[in-house]
Amino acid sequence: MSRTYAPEGLKDAEAATPRGPHPGPFGWLRWIWRQLTSMRVALLLLLLLAVVALPGSFFPQRSVDAQRVVQYYADHPSSAPWLERLGIFDVYASPWFSAVYLLLFLSLIGCIVPRTRVHLRALRAQPTRVPRSFSRFPVRNELTVAAPPKQVRDTLMAALGRRYRRRAAVERRTTASGATSETLTVSAERGYGRESGNLLFHLALVGLLTVTAWGQLVHYRGQALVIEGDSFVNSALGYDSFDSGAWFAEDSLEPFRFRLDSFESVFTDDAQARDFTANVTVSDPDGSERADTIRVNYPLAVGEVNVYLVGNGYAPDLTVRDASGQIAFSGPVPFLPTDNVYTSNGVVMVPDANGGESQLGFKGTLLPTAVMSSQGRFLGSAYPQPIDPVIVLDAYVGDLGLDDGVPQNLYVLDTERMTLLTGTDDAGRSEPFQVIMRPGEEVELPDGQGSITFNALPRFVALDLRRDPSVPWMGLFAALAFAGLIGSLFLPRRRVWARLADGGDGTTVVTAAALARGDDPVLRRELERLLDALGPRTKEDR
Amino acid sequence: MNDQMGDLSTALVYAAMAAYMVAMVAFAVDVSALGTGTGRDRPRRAAGIAVATTWLGAGLHLVGIVTRGLAAGRAPWANMYEFTLMFTFFAVAIFLGIQTSRDVRYVGVLVTLLALLGLGLAVSVLFVRADGVQPALNSYWLLIHVSVATLSTGVLSISAMFSVLQLLKARHARVPQRSDPVAVGAGGASAELVDDRAEVLDDRAEVLDDRARVPAERAARDVGASPEQETFVGRLMASLPSSENLERLAYRLNAIGFVTWTFTLVAGAIWAEHAWGRPWGWDPKETWTFVVWVIYAAYLHARVTAGWAAERFAYFALVGFVAVLANFYVVNVFFSGKHSYAGI
Ligand code: HEM
Repeated sequence: MSRTYAPEGLKDAEAATPRGPHPGPFGWLRWIWRQLTSMRVALLLLLLLAVVALPGSFFPQRSVDAQRVVQYYADHPSSAPWLERLGIFDVYASPWFSAVYLLLFLSLIGCIVPRTRVHLRALRAQPTRVPRSFSRFPVRNELTVAAPPKQVRDTLMAALGRRYRRRAAVERRTTASGATSETLTVSAERGYGRESGNLLFHLALVGLLTVTAWGQLVHYRGQALVIEGDSFVNSALGYDSFDSGAWFAEDSLEPFRFRLDSFESVFTDDAQARDFTANVTVSDPDGSERADTIRVNYPLAVGEVNVYLVGNGYAPDLTVRDASGQIAFSGPVPFLPTDNVYTSNGVVMVPDANGGESQLGFKGTLLPTAVMSSQGRFLGSAYPQPIDPVIVLDAYVGDLGLDDGVPQNLYVLDTERMTLLTGTDDAGRSEPFQVIMRPGEEVELPDGQGSITFNALPRFVALDLRRDPSVPWMGLFAALAFAGLIGSLFLPRRRVWARLADGGDGTTVVTAAALARGDDPVLRRELERLLDALGPRTKEDR
Repeated sequence: MNDQMGDLSTALVYAAMAAYMVAMVAFAVDVSALGTGTGRDRPRRAAGIAVATTWLGAGLHLVGIVTRGLAAGRAPWANMYEFTLMFTFFAVAIFLGIQTSRDVRYVGVLVTLLALLGLGLAVSVLFVRADGVQPALNSYWLLIHVSVATLSTGVLSISAMFSVLQLLKARHARVPQRSDPVAVGAGGASAELVDDRAEVLDDRAEVLDDRARVPAERAARDVGASPEQETFVGRLMASLPSSENLERLAYRLNAIGFVTWTFTLVAGAIWAEHAWGRPWGWDPKETWTFVVWVIYAAYLHARVTAGWAAERFAYFALVGFVAVLANFYVVNVFFSGKHSYAGI
């Protein structure tokens, strides 16, 4: 067995194997606990934590991007179910990942609590007695100064200064002849902050984990899509999707509203996004109103809720009249951008058309800056801003399938029970009818099915709303951990001892040694600094 | 105007590479002179030239970074090209900084080689025209989080160079009986614990004495006329500081690197909270940053764990460094995640 360097207050487990023939269940438990809280097992668990965290970066994670998990299933139909069973798609919630970090933190607590107790005791204790012999300390010196011991002691105490905890004492020795000799000694110690910092760091990690777990229980997060001119109301109904922790109570949603007054975007000439700003008017829970903005990186704070800008696009404002000329639908419809020039796809469903008998549906594309080929076909969009917006839609009539009770995706038109409207081209041949219109234009549908009007082109923003009261606490514990870490790594922990023997003729023979915890490149310099303060040296012997 | 500034920046980076190239050759000449043992006390003129050209290279490198920032009209660390410029600059600057207070010219070859490899990769593969950034990167946290990340990478890379030398040295110094596990590699006898009870300290007297002897033996081996002294490599190795010293240097840098990495991690979480609405989401980049942090935490623990030889925790540090590089080059390019927009 190699020699142990047990960090202060921490007994390593090596000597802790259960002794005797029958350790008994209690003995075994104790042994397991000792093992778990040993430095070596902590190290092992740390390495294990690194290993088990990695698969989550190689395989798609449901918590990060559920869509990619679906894709993985499609690409690897045979292996995906097996990986699923192993929890590979939810690594950070898997039993094996949880087991590793929970054991690690158990180990941490088991290790840190006794160390804290020991350290608190050490904080109150006096510096240690001067060791009998200094010969084993590499940093030591012996010299003679021209001053009596008492004076040297006072000088040394002063040179040590307040940063050291100092203790002056007297050693009495009885020689063989029965005479007693007295020697003054000084012990000093500094750098308790190193261990305090280390403990603070580890305890803050426990705090961080605890508040994170608490946040998981009480947080909520929801998504909402808001169109220019519309308002968002913070209630369960206001969200497009919503999830929350187990301790979340729905009536705790704070009653606030905000209206999206306008949305501005800035792009470079080559269509790269540079800035997005949503201008909103917020009605706080207390009823007061204020103007504010939501930008990427600069969320809006309302009460304890943060509102993040996560997406934006166009929501063409359309009016659809049915065969009878009645307005069957009117309003903005979000079209989802598919590329960086905002070529956007969308669907318009008109269930109320013709009394619901033959419903109308449209699907197609919005081109913010339409580019046309010489043959008059639309090639795509050239720029994200609406310089020459054109909507191109296919029109369907029939059954939208909305009454099946199956939840419908608002961005997918189910055309199974619908027929595509056709028109005739210039040569009189039948071809699919296409609605092509710019803002302000109205297009008659063929066969007297009605008409569709492109009224205006407002924008929409996609927002994430989240309340997680644990975040400020996380910040606090992270800051504490960081401060503790710096103390733990960079505060020098030193002990200095000196023995001041009477050298006769008013001189003092000083023997001194210094010892540091961990690396201390300037330990020798520190000892010399202290000894220099004692005045000119008459004799020196390192 | 901006394009001209960008071209100037690129030209400066090439000039810095040329300087590093000269420095590397000069460092290599110096090292091989040490290896052939010609005149141990001769003036190391090649090494002097090498250090001077490294300073020149670092100066050009720095101006290259500044002009890049002027060309782009923002902090010059927003894509992989600029990130590589930054971390190689920090690496060289840290090497020069250490060199001002102690002689570490023996790692010069490795440092300039690292800078050349990094910059070569940057100009040949990662280069993009200087330009603004998209809204997601438009935040003062870019300034804080990414600059400290590049600083950490620089620190940890220099530390890794010392660890490499430490392992070479230790392997070489390992003459037939290498049974001593030198659990104390950390800090020689001075690493011994400040114990609370003087009695305990007394009990350990012989232990301490034993330990104090180990470096002495090693030193004897290094300087003494072992047969290996006669070979090129032997003389080369003999001119290096002891593996304990190299280890201590690596440790000090790793400690600093760990602190700055911790800061990077925390600042990243704060930024993610502002930008994406959650401090932590196990995005591949976040995951790897966390893994790197845990590996270096394990390294720090290994260093104070009983019965661990210095060589072993040097491997920890090197694994950590490999993970740092993977976090940057592999994760950015091959994994898709929220960080992907940092782009090549
Ligand atoms: C969440 C897991 C942990 C992390 C991230 C962590 C991190 C760290 C770091 C960064 C240090 C460096 C400070 C220094 O070197 O002074 C350290 C030191 C230390 N850790 Fe941990 N630790 C963890 C768990 C544990 C556990 C479980 C134990 C006990 C078995 C432990 C015991 C120690 C001790 C004794 C030191 C002091 C080393 C010294 O003497 O300097 N740690 N820890």
